[in-house]
Amino acid sequence: MRGLLASCALALSGFLTACSTHTAPFNLANIGGLMPDLAFQMSDENGRNVAAHNYRGKVVLLYFGYTSCPDACPTTLVALSQAVSQLDSAGKRVRVLFVTVDPKRDTTAVLKRYVSAFGPQFTGLHGDDTSLSRLARRYRVAYRLEPPNADGSYAVDHSNAVFIFDSQGRARLLARAGDTPKSIATDLSRLVSNAEPGPLTP
Amino acid sequence: METLAIYALPWEFSPTVFVVCSFAAVIYWRGLQRLRRSGKRVRLWQCVCFYFGLLLGYAVLQTYIDYLAQHMFWVHRLQHLVLHHLAPVLLIAGAQGQILTQGVPDRWRRWAEPAKSQLRWAGYAFRLVQHPVLASLLFVGLIYFWLIPEVHFTAMLDARRYRLMNWSMAVDGLLFWWLILTPRRAHGSGSVGYGSRILMLCFVAALQIFIGAYITFHKEILFDVYAICGRAWAISPLVDQQLGGLITWIPPAMMSGIGLLVVLHFIMHDSRERRLSSADPQEMAFAATDES
Repeated sequence: MRGLLASCALALSGFLTACSTHTAPFNLANIGGLMPDLAFQMSDENGRNVAAHNYRGKVVLLYFGYTSCPDACPTTLVALSQAVSQLDSAGKRVRVLFVTVDPKRDTTAVLKRYVSAFGPQFTGLHGDDTSLSRLARRYRVAYRLEPPNADGSYAVDHSNAVFIFDSQGRARLLARAGDTPKSIATDLSRLVSNAEPGPLTP
Repeated sequence: METLAIYALPWEFSPTVFVVCSFAAVIYWRGLQRLRRSGKRVRLWQCVCFYFGLLLGYAVLQTYIDYLAQHMFWVHRLQHLVLHHLAPVLLIAGAQGQILTQGVPDRWRRWAEPAKSQLRWAGYAFRLVQHPVLASLLFVGLIYFWLIPEVHFTAMLDARRYRLMNWSMAVDGLLFWWLILTPRRAHGSGSVGYGSRILMLCFVAALQIFIGAYITFHKEILFDVYAICGRAWAISPLVDQQLGGLITWIPPAMMSGIGLLVVLHFIMHDSRERRLSSADPQEMAFAATDES
Protein backbone atom coordinates (compact mmCIF):
# COMPACT_ATOMS: atom_id res chain seq x y z
CA MET A 1 0.00 0.00 0.00
CA ARG A 2 2.72 2.45 1.00
CA GLY A 3 4.88 1.34 -1.94
CA LEU A 4 2.01 2.05 -4.30
CA LEU A 5 1.49 5.53 -2.83
CA ALA A 6 5.21 6.29 -3.15
CA SER A 7 5.33 5.21 -6.78
CA CYS A 8 2.24 7.31 -7.53
CA ALA A 9 3.87 10.38 -5.99
CA LEU A 10 7.03 9.75 -8.00
CA ALA A 11 5.09 9.38 -11.25
CA LEU A 12 3.16 12.60 -10.58
CA SER A 13 6.32 14.63 -9.91
CA GLY A 14 7.91 13.18 -13.04
CA PHE A 15 4.88 14.20 -15.08
CA LEU A 16 4.96 17.75 -13.70
CA THR A 17 8.68 18.31 -14.28
CA ALA A 18 8.45 16.94 -17.81
CA CYS A 19 6.06 19.78 -18.60
CA SER A 20 8.61 22.51 -17.79
CA THR A 21 10.93 23.93 -20.44
CA HIS A 22 14.65 24.52 -20.02
CA THR A 23 15.04 27.66 -22.16
CA ALA A 24 15.14 31.19 -20.76
CA PRO A 25 11.61 32.58 -20.51
CA PHE A 26 10.18 34.62 -23.38
CA ASN A 27 8.29 37.89 -22.88
CA LEU A 28 5.33 36.55 -24.80
CA ALA A 29 3.27 33.50 -23.86
CA ASN A 30 5.19 30.35 -24.75
CA ILE A 31 2.98 27.96 -26.67
CA GLY A 32 5.79 25.75 -27.90
CA GLY A 33 4.63 22.16 -28.28
CA LEU A 34 0.98 23.07 -27.72
CA MET A 35 -0.27 23.87 -31.20
CA PRO A 36 0.18 22.25 -34.61
CA ASP A 37 2.67 23.46 -37.22
CA LEU A 38 1.67 26.21 -39.62
CA ALA A 39 -0.43 24.80 -42.45
CA PHE A 40 -2.89 26.45 -44.80
CA GLN A 41 -3.96 26.80 -48.42
CA MET A 42 -5.00 30.33 -49.34
CA SER A 43 -4.36 33.08 -51.84
CA ASP A 44 -2.27 36.12 -51.00
CA GLU A 45 -2.99 39.78 -51.76
CA ASN A 46 -1.56 39.38 -55.26
CA GLY A 47 -3.96 36.58 -56.06
CA ARG A 48 -1.31 33.84 -55.96
CA ASN A 49 -2.07 30.52 -54.31
CA VAL A 50 0.15 30.16 -51.28
CA ALA A 51 0.65 27.51 -48.64
CA ALA A 52 2.56 27.38 -45.36
CA HIS A 53 5.67 25.89 -46.95
CA ASN A 54 6.09 29.08 -49.01
CA TYR A 55 7.00 30.82 -45.75
CA ARG A 56 9.48 28.28 -44.39
CA GLY A 57 12.70 29.95 -43.41
CA LYS A 58 10.85 33.03 -42.18
CA VAL A 59 9.49 33.73 -38.73
CA VAL A 60 5.73 34.01 -39.30
CA LEU A 61 3.20 36.04 -37.32
CA LEU A 62 -0.37 34.89 -37.97
CA TYR A 63 -3.22 37.26 -37.22
CA PHE A 64 -6.95 37.00 -37.96
CA GLY A 65 -8.81 40.22 -38.73
CA TYR A 66 -10.62 42.18 -41.42
CA THR A 67 -10.01 45.49 -43.18
CA SER A 68 -13.21 47.18 -42.00
CA CYS A 69 -12.24 46.54 -38.38
CA PRO A 70 -12.55 49.89 -36.54
CA ASP A 71 -9.91 49.55 -33.81
CA ALA A 72 -8.53 46.13 -32.85
CA CYS A 73 -6.90 45.21 -36.16
CA PRO A 74 -5.24 48.55 -36.94
CA THR A 75 -3.93 48.81 -33.37
CA THR A 76 -2.49 45.30 -33.44
CA LEU A 77 -1.02 45.67 -36.92
CA VAL A 78 0.58 49.00 -36.04
CA ALA A 79 2.13 47.41 -32.96
CA LEU A 80 3.45 44.52 -35.08
CA SER A 81 4.78 46.98 -37.63
CA GLN A 82 6.66 48.83 -34.88
CA ALA A 83 8.04 45.55 -33.54
CA VAL A 84 9.27 44.49 -36.98
CA SER A 85 10.91 47.86 -37.66
CA GLN A 86 12.79 47.56 -34.34
CA LEU A 87 14.46 44.44 -35.73
CA ASP A 88 16.30 46.45 -38.44
CA SER A 89 17.94 44.03 -40.87
CA ALA A 90 16.54 40.95 -39.13
CA GLY A 91 13.09 42.21 -40.08
CA LYS A 92 13.64 40.79 -43.56
CA ARG A 93 13.32 37.30 -42.08
CA VAL A 94 9.88 38.05 -40.61
CA ARG A 95 6.47 37.84 -42.31
CA VAL A 96 3.15 38.97 -40.89
CA LEU A 97 0.24 37.01 -42.35
CA PHE A 98 -3.05 38.87 -42.01
CA VAL A 99 -5.86 36.36 -42.58
CA THR A 100 -9.15 38.00 -43.39
CA VAL A 101 -12.19 36.65 -41.56
CA ASP A 102 -14.42 38.64 -43.92
CA PRO A 103 -13.56 37.09 -47.33
CA LYS A 104 -16.72 38.47 -48.94
CA ARG A 105 -15.84 42.16 -48.49
CA ASP A 106 -12.04 41.82 -48.32
CA THR A 107 -11.23 41.07 -51.93
CA THR A 108 -7.64 40.66 -53.11
CA ALA A 109 -7.43 44.32 -54.17
CA VAL A 110 -8.84 45.57 -50.85
CA LEU A 111 -6.40 43.37 -48.93
CA LYS A 112 -3.42 44.56 -50.98
CA ARG A 113 -4.25 48.21 -50.30
CA TYR A 114 -4.68 47.52 -46.60
CA VAL A 115 -1.55 45.47 -45.84
CA SER A 116 0.77 47.59 -47.96
CA ALA A 117 0.15 50.44 -45.49
CA PHE A 118 1.89 48.52 -42.72
CA GLY A 119 5.10 47.42 -44.40
CA PRO A 120 6.70 45.13 -46.96
CA GLN A 121 6.71 42.20 -44.55
CA PHE A 122 2.91 42.26 -44.33
CA THR A 123 0.95 39.79 -46.45
CA GLY A 124 -2.80 39.46 -46.72
CA LEU A 125 -4.32 35.98 -46.95
CA HIS A 126 -7.70 35.33 -48.48
CA GLY A 127 -9.45 31.98 -48.40
CA ASP A 128 -12.91 30.64 -49.10
CA ASP A 129 -15.16 29.71 -46.17
CA THR A 130 -13.84 26.13 -46.02
CA SER A 131 -10.14 26.94 -45.93
CA LEU A 132 -10.73 29.82 -43.53
CA SER A 133 -12.76 27.74 -41.08
CA ARG A 134 -10.18 24.94 -41.34
CA LEU A 135 -7.37 27.32 -40.44
CA ALA A 136 -9.39 28.90 -37.65
CA ARG A 137 -10.27 25.50 -36.22
CA ARG A 138 -6.64 24.44 -36.39
CA TYR A 139 -5.64 27.29 -34.10
CA ARG A 140 -8.85 27.17 -32.12
CA VAL A 141 -9.92 30.70 -32.98
CA ALA A 142 -13.52 31.76 -33.34
CA TYR A 143 -14.87 34.48 -35.58
CA ARG A 144 -18.44 35.57 -35.98
CA LEU A 145 -20.14 37.82 -38.51
CA GLU A 146 -22.45 40.12 -36.56
CA PRO A 147 -25.90 41.01 -37.85
CA PRO A 148 -25.77 43.79 -40.50
CA ASN A 149 -26.69 47.39 -39.73
CA ALA A 150 -29.32 49.40 -41.61
CA ASP A 151 -26.79 50.42 -44.27
CA GLY A 152 -25.67 46.83 -44.82
CA SER A 153 -22.35 47.12 -43.03
CA TYR A 154 -21.45 44.63 -40.36
CA ALA A 155 -18.71 43.94 -37.87
CA VAL A 156 -16.87 40.68 -37.39
CA ASP A 157 -16.03 39.49 -33.91
CA HIS A 158 -12.65 37.79 -33.92
CA SER A 159 -9.74 36.64 -31.80
CA ASN A 160 -7.12 39.22 -30.86
CA ALA A 161 -4.21 36.76 -30.72
CA VAL A 162 -1.07 36.81 -32.84
CA PHE A 163 0.37 33.32 -33.30
CA ILE A 164 4.13 33.32 -33.86
CA PHE A 165 5.84 30.47 -35.71
CA ASP A 166 9.58 29.90 -36.04
CA SER A 167 11.37 29.40 -39.35
CA GLN A 168 10.52 25.70 -39.37
CA GLY A 169 6.82 26.50 -39.09
CA ARG A 170 6.49 25.38 -35.48
CA ALA A 171 4.14 27.30 -33.19
CA ARG A 172 6.26 29.02 -30.55
CA LEU A 173 4.72 32.16 -29.08
CA LEU A 174 1.43 33.95 -28.62
CA ALA A 175 1.22 37.75 -28.54
CA ARG A 176 -1.77 39.17 -26.70
CA ALA A 177 -3.44 42.56 -26.39
CA GLY A 178 -1.18 43.85 -23.59
CA ASP A 179 2.17 42.94 -25.19
CA THR A 180 4.33 45.94 -26.19
CA PRO A 181 6.15 46.23 -29.55
CA LYS A 182 9.47 46.14 -27.68
CA SER A 183 8.73 42.82 -25.96
CA ILE A 184 7.51 41.37 -29.25
CA ALA A 185 10.66 42.59 -31.03
CA THR A 186 12.97 41.03 -28.41
CA ASP A 187 11.32 37.65 -28.74
CA LEU A 188 11.20 37.86 -32.54
CA SER A 189 14.94 38.50 -32.72
CA ARG A 190 15.53 35.39 -30.63
CA LEU A 191 13.45 33.30 -32.99
CA VAL A 192 15.04 34.85 -36.06
CA SER A 193 18.54 34.07 -34.86
CA ASN A 194 17.24 30.49 -34.40
CA ALA A 195 19.04 30.18 -31.11
CA GLU A 196 16.67 27.65 -29.57
CA PRO A 197 15.33 24.71 -31.58
CA GLY A 198 12.12 24.57 -29.58
CA PRO A 199 10.18 21.57 -28.24
CA LEU A 200 8.61 18.81 -30.34
CA THR A 201 5.27 19.61 -31.86
CA PRO A 202 2.17 17.38 -31.79
CA MET B 1 -33.75 21.59 -40.65
CA GLU B 2 -30.47 21.16 -42.47
CA THR B 3 -28.74 23.77 -40.31
CA LEU B 4 -29.95 22.04 -37.13
CA ALA B 5 -28.41 18.78 -38.29
CA ILE B 6 -25.04 20.50 -38.71
CA TYR B 7 -25.06 21.41 -35.02
CA ALA B 8 -25.42 17.75 -34.10
CA LEU B 9 -22.37 16.70 -36.10
CA PRO B 10 -19.08 16.32 -34.24
CA TRP B 11 -17.10 19.55 -34.00
CA GLU B 12 -13.85 17.61 -33.56
CA PHE B 13 -14.60 13.98 -34.24
CA SER B 14 -13.21 11.62 -31.63
CA PRO B 15 -13.35 7.94 -32.61
CA THR B 16 -12.78 7.01 -28.96
CA VAL B 17 -15.89 8.82 -27.75
CA PHE B 18 -17.93 7.34 -30.56
CA VAL B 19 -16.74 3.80 -29.91
CA VAL B 20 -17.11 4.03 -26.12
CA CYS B 21 -20.64 5.46 -26.30
CA SER B 22 -21.80 2.98 -28.94
CA PHE B 23 -20.26 0.12 -27.00
CA ALA B 24 -21.95 1.16 -23.75
CA ALA B 25 -25.30 1.55 -25.52
CA VAL B 26 -25.08 -1.90 -27.09
CA ILE B 27 -23.87 -3.68 -23.93
CA TYR B 28 -26.67 -2.10 -21.90
CA TRP B 29 -29.26 -3.15 -24.47
CA ARG B 30 -27.93 -6.71 -24.43
CA GLY B 31 -28.09 -6.69 -20.63
CA LEU B 32 -31.71 -5.54 -20.73
CA GLN B 33 -32.68 -8.28 -23.16
CA ARG B 34 -30.91 -10.96 -21.13
CA LEU B 35 -32.57 -9.88 -17.89
CA ARG B 36 -35.94 -9.75 -19.63
CA ARG B 37 -35.44 -13.31 -20.92
CA SER B 38 -34.66 -14.54 -17.40
CA GLY B 39 -37.84 -12.91 -16.14
CA LYS B 40 -36.40 -9.82 -14.40
CA ARG B 41 -37.97 -6.63 -15.74
CA VAL B 42 -35.88 -3.50 -15.50
CA ARG B 43 -37.82 -0.37 -14.62
CA LEU B 44 -38.33 2.19 -17.38
CA TRP B 45 -36.82 5.06 -15.41
CA GLN B 46 -33.53 3.17 -15.23
CA CYS B 47 -33.33 2.70 -19.00
CA VAL B 48 -34.24 6.33 -19.59
CA CYS B 49 -31.59 7.45 -17.08
CA PHE B 50 -28.85 5.42 -18.69
CA TYR B 51 -29.52 6.39 -22.28
CA PHE B 52 -30.14 10.02 -21.39
CA GLY B 53 -26.84 10.12 -19.48
CA LEU B 54 -25.05 8.59 -22.45
CA LEU B 55 -26.68 11.07 -24.83
CA LEU B 56 -25.74 14.03 -22.62
CA GLY B 57 -22.14 12.87 -22.39
CA TYR B 58 -21.91 12.37 -26.13
CA ALA B 59 -23.62 15.70 -26.86
CA VAL B 60 -21.26 17.81 -24.74
CA LEU B 61 -18.19 16.07 -26.12
CA GLN B 62 -18.97 15.89 -29.79
CA THR B 63 -21.72 18.22 -30.98
CA TYR B 64 -21.63 22.00 -31.48
CA ILE B 65 -21.72 22.30 -27.69
CA ASP B 66 -18.05 21.29 -27.73
CA TYR B 67 -17.26 24.26 -29.99
CA LEU B 68 -19.15 26.57 -27.63
CA ALA B 69 -17.32 25.04 -24.66
CA GLN B 70 -13.97 25.81 -26.28
CA HIS B 71 -14.97 29.42 -26.77
CA MET B 72 -16.98 30.40 -23.73
CA PHE B 73 -16.08 29.81 -20.13
CA TRP B 74 -19.61 29.24 -18.88
CA VAL B 75 -20.31 26.58 -21.52
CA HIS B 76 -17.02 24.92 -20.62
CA ARG B 77 -18.19 24.75 -16.98
CA LEU B 78 -21.51 23.35 -18.15
CA GLN B 79 -19.64 20.72 -20.14
CA HIS B 80 -17.68 19.71 -17.06
CA LEU B 81 -20.83 19.68 -14.95
CA VAL B 82 -22.22 17.07 -17.32
CA LEU B 83 -18.98 15.07 -17.56
CA HIS B 84 -18.11 15.13 -13.86
CA HIS B 85 -21.56 15.06 -12.23
CA LEU B 86 -24.70 14.67 -14.34
CA ALA B 87 -23.76 12.00 -16.85
CA PRO B 88 -22.02 9.70 -14.32
CA VAL B 89 -24.96 9.94 -11.89
CA LEU B 90 -27.47 9.13 -14.65
CA LEU B 91 -25.33 6.30 -16.04
CA ILE B 92 -24.79 4.71 -12.64
CA ALA B 93 -28.44 5.05 -11.61
CA GLY B 94 -29.41 3.42 -14.88
CA ALA B 95 -26.87 0.63 -14.61
CA GLN B 96 -27.92 -0.58 -11.13
CA GLY B 97 -28.75 -4.25 -10.99
CA GLN B 98 -25.88 -5.81 -12.91
CA ILE B 99 -27.34 -4.77 -16.28
CA LEU B 100 -23.98 -4.00 -17.84
CA THR B 101 -22.28 -7.16 -16.58
CA GLN B 102 -25.21 -9.17 -17.93
CA GLY B 103 -24.73 -7.48 -21.28
CA VAL B 104 -21.08 -8.47 -21.66
CA PRO B 105 -20.90 -11.56 -23.93
CA ASP B 106 -20.10 -14.81 -22.07
CA ARG B 107 -17.25 -15.49 -24.47
CA TRP B 108 -15.48 -12.31 -23.33
CA ARG B 109 -15.95 -13.19 -19.67
CA ARG B 110 -14.50 -16.66 -20.25
CA TRP B 111 -11.56 -15.06 -22.07
CA ALA B 112 -10.91 -12.70 -19.13
CA GLU B 113 -10.88 -15.55 -16.55
CA PRO B 114 -7.29 -16.77 -17.00
CA ALA B 115 -6.04 -13.17 -17.14
CA LYS B 116 -7.51 -12.45 -13.68
CA SER B 117 -4.25 -13.15 -11.82
CA GLN B 118 -2.33 -10.77 -14.09
CA LEU B 119 -4.98 -8.12 -13.60
CA ARG B 120 -4.44 -8.16 -9.83
CA TRP B 121 -2.30 -5.00 -10.08
CA ALA B 122 -5.26 -3.30 -11.75
CA GLY B 123 -7.37 -4.37 -8.80
CA TYR B 124 -4.88 -2.84 -6.36
CA ALA B 125 -4.73 0.42 -8.33
CA PHE B 126 -8.51 0.52 -8.42
CA ARG B 127 -8.84 -0.04 -4.66
CA LEU B 128 -6.24 2.66 -4.04
CA VAL B 129 -8.05 5.20 -6.17
CA GLN B 130 -11.38 4.29 -4.54
CA HIS B 131 -10.14 4.87 -1.02
CA PRO B 132 -12.51 7.53 0.39
CA VAL B 133 -9.80 10.11 1.10
CA LEU B 134 -8.03 9.68 -2.23
CA ALA B 135 -11.28 9.49 -4.19
CA SER B 136 -12.55 12.77 -2.70
CA LEU B 137 -9.21 14.50 -3.18
CA LEU B 138 -9.04 13.30 -6.78
CA PHE B 139 -12.61 14.42 -7.46
CA VAL B 140 -12.13 18.03 -6.35
CA GLY B 141 -8.41 18.03 -7.08
CA LEU B 142 -9.07 17.55 -10.77
CA ILE B 143 -11.58 20.42 -10.77
CA TYR B 144 -9.07 22.73 -9.09
CA PHE B 145 -6.21 21.55 -11.30
CA TRP B 146 -7.92 22.28 -14.59
CA LEU B 147 -9.03 25.69 -13.25
CA ILE B 148 -5.49 26.84 -12.50
CA PRO B 149 -5.20 29.71 -15.02
CA GLU B 150 -1.88 28.55 -16.54
CA VAL B 151 -3.10 24.96 -16.85
CA HIS B 152 -6.46 26.10 -18.23
CA PHE B 153 -4.64 28.21 -20.81
CA THR B 154 -2.63 25.28 -22.15
CA ALA B 155 -5.63 22.93 -22.02
CA MET B 156 -7.66 25.26 -24.22
CA LEU B 157 -4.88 25.70 -26.78
CA ASP B 158 -3.47 22.19 -26.98
CA ALA B 159 -5.95 19.70 -28.47
CA ARG B 160 -4.34 16.73 -26.70
CA ARG B 161 -4.46 18.34 -23.28
CA TYR B 162 -8.06 19.39 -23.93
CA ARG B 163 -9.04 15.78 -24.63
CA LEU B 164 -7.09 14.63 -21.56
CA MET B 165 -8.93 17.19 -19.46
CA ASN B 166 -12.36 16.04 -20.61
CA TRP B 167 -11.54 12.35 -20.34
CA SER B 168 -10.10 12.77 -16.84
CA MET B 169 -13.28 14.52 -15.72
CA ALA B 170 -15.52 11.85 -17.22
CA VAL B 171 -13.58 8.86 -15.90
CA ASP B 172 -13.07 10.31 -12.43
CA GLY B 173 -16.75 11.32 -12.33
CA LEU B 174 -17.73 7.73 -13.00
CA LEU B 175 -15.34 6.40 -10.34
CA PHE B 176 -16.52 8.82 -7.66
CA TRP B 177 -20.24 8.51 -8.22
CA TRP B 178 -20.01 4.73 -8.58
CA LEU B 179 -18.45 4.72 -5.12
CA ILE B 180 -21.18 6.95 -3.67
CA LEU B 181 -24.28 5.66 -5.40
CA THR B 182 -23.90 1.89 -5.34
CA PRO B 183 -25.49 0.25 -2.28
CA ARG B 184 -23.19 -1.72 -0.03
CA ARG B 185 -24.39 -5.21 -0.88
CA ALA B 186 -23.35 -4.69 -4.55
CA HIS B 187 -19.74 -3.89 -3.58
CA GLY B 188 -19.26 -6.95 -1.42
CA SER B 189 -16.77 -6.79 1.42
CA GLY B 190 -14.58 -3.72 1.72
CA SER B 191 -17.07 -1.25 0.28
CA VAL B 192 -17.08 2.23 1.69
CA GLY B 193 -19.37 2.80 4.65
CA TYR B 194 -22.32 5.16 4.40
CA GLY B 195 -20.90 7.46 7.06
CA SER B 196 -17.72 7.91 5.03
CA ARG B 197 -19.77 8.62 1.93
CA ILE B 198 -21.66 11.40 3.70
CA LEU B 199 -18.35 12.94 4.77
CA MET B 200 -17.00 12.66 1.23
CA LEU B 201 -20.07 14.40 -0.20
CA CYS B 202 -19.82 17.25 2.32
CA PHE B 203 -16.11 17.63 1.66
CA VAL B 204 -16.42 17.85 -2.12
CA ALA B 205 -19.44 20.16 -1.86
CA ALA B 206 -17.58 22.57 0.41
CA LEU B 207 -14.54 22.76 -1.85
CA GLN B 208 -16.62 23.24 -4.97
CA ILE B 209 -18.67 25.97 -3.30
CA PHE B 210 -15.43 27.70 -2.37
CA ILE B 211 -13.92 27.70 -5.85
CA GLY B 212 -17.25 28.53 -7.51
CA ALA B 213 -17.78 31.52 -5.25
CA TYR B 214 -14.17 32.62 -5.72
CA ILE B 215 -14.53 32.66 -9.50
CA THR B 216 -17.97 34.32 -9.37
CA PHE B 217 -16.85 37.20 -7.18
CA HIS B 218 -13.38 37.70 -8.62
CA LYS B 219 -13.10 41.18 -10.11
CA GLU B 220 -10.40 40.44 -12.70
CA ILE B 221 -10.41 38.07 -15.63
CA LEU B 222 -8.80 34.80 -14.60
CA PHE B 223 -8.92 33.02 -17.94
CA ASP B 224 -7.79 35.24 -20.80
CA VAL B 225 -7.64 32.34 -23.24
CA TYR B 226 -11.28 32.98 -24.19
CA ALA B 227 -10.45 36.51 -25.35
CA ILE B 228 -7.40 35.14 -27.17
CA CYS B 229 -9.37 32.51 -29.05
CA GLY B 230 -12.44 34.69 -29.48
CA ARG B 231 -15.81 34.08 -27.86
CA ALA B 232 -18.52 32.27 -29.78
CA TRP B 233 -21.31 34.61 -28.61
CA ALA B 234 -21.31 38.28 -27.75
CA ILE B 235 -20.92 38.21 -23.98
CA SER B 236 -18.80 40.38 -21.72
CA PRO B 237 -15.72 38.57 -20.35
CA LEU B 238 -16.66 39.30 -16.75
CA VAL B 239 -20.25 38.08 -17.20
CA ASP B 240 -18.90 34.94 -18.87
CA GLN B 241 -16.64 34.34 -15.87
CA GLN B 242 -19.40 35.05 -13.36
CA LEU B 243 -21.83 32.67 -15.07
CA GLY B 244 -19.13 30.02 -15.17
CA GLY B 245 -18.43 30.59 -11.49
CA LEU B 246 -22.10 30.15 -10.64
CA ILE B 247 -22.23 26.92 -12.66
CA THR B 248 -19.18 25.68 -10.76
CA TRP B 249 -20.74 26.64 -7.43
CA ILE B 250 -24.44 25.82 -7.32
CA PRO B 251 -25.25 22.72 -9.42
CA PRO B 252 -22.36 20.66 -7.94
CA ALA B 253 -23.53 21.53 -4.43
CA MET B 254 -27.00 20.34 -5.43
CA MET B 255 -25.49 17.11 -6.77
CA SER B 256 -23.87 16.51 -3.40
CA GLY B 257 -27.28 17.11 -1.85
CA ILE B 258 -28.85 14.54 -4.14
CA GLY B 259 -26.02 12.13 -3.29
CA LEU B 260 -26.75 12.64 0.41
CA LEU B 261 -30.43 11.82 -0.13
CA VAL B 262 -29.53 8.63 -1.98
CA VAL B 263 -27.11 7.53 0.76
CA LEU B 264 -29.75 8.25 3.40
CA HIS B 265 -32.19 6.14 1.39
CA PHE B 266 -29.64 3.28 1.39
CA ILE B 267 -29.16 3.61 5.16
CA MET B 268 -32.89 3.46 5.81
CA HIS B 269 -33.36 0.59 3.38
CA ASP B 270 -30.53 -1.41 4.94
CA SER B 271 -31.75 -0.82 8.49
CA ARG B 272 -35.26 -1.94 7.49
CA GLU B 273 -33.87 -5.10 5.91
CA ARG B 274 -31.84 -5.84 9.03
CA ARG B 275 -34.93 -5.30 11.18
CA LEU B 276 -37.04 -7.63 9.05
CA SER B 277 -34.44 -10.39 8.83
CA SER B 278 -33.73 -10.43 12.58
CA ALA B 279 -37.43 -10.41 13.54
CA ASP B 280 -39.53 -13.62 14.06
CA PRO B 281 -42.21 -14.57 11.46
CA GLN B 282 -45.12 -13.11 13.47
CA GLU B 283 -43.35 -9.77 13.82
CA MET B 284 -42.52 -9.80 10.13
CA ALA B 285 -46.17 -10.26 9.16
CA PHE B 286 -47.04 -7.41 11.55
CA ALA B 287 -44.37 -5.15 10.02
CA ALA B 288 -45.56 -6.05 6.50
CA THR B 289 -49.17 -5.05 7.26
CA ASP B 290 -47.87 -1.94 9.04
CA GLU B 291 -46.04 -0.69 5.97
CA SER B 292 -48.74 -1.53 3.43
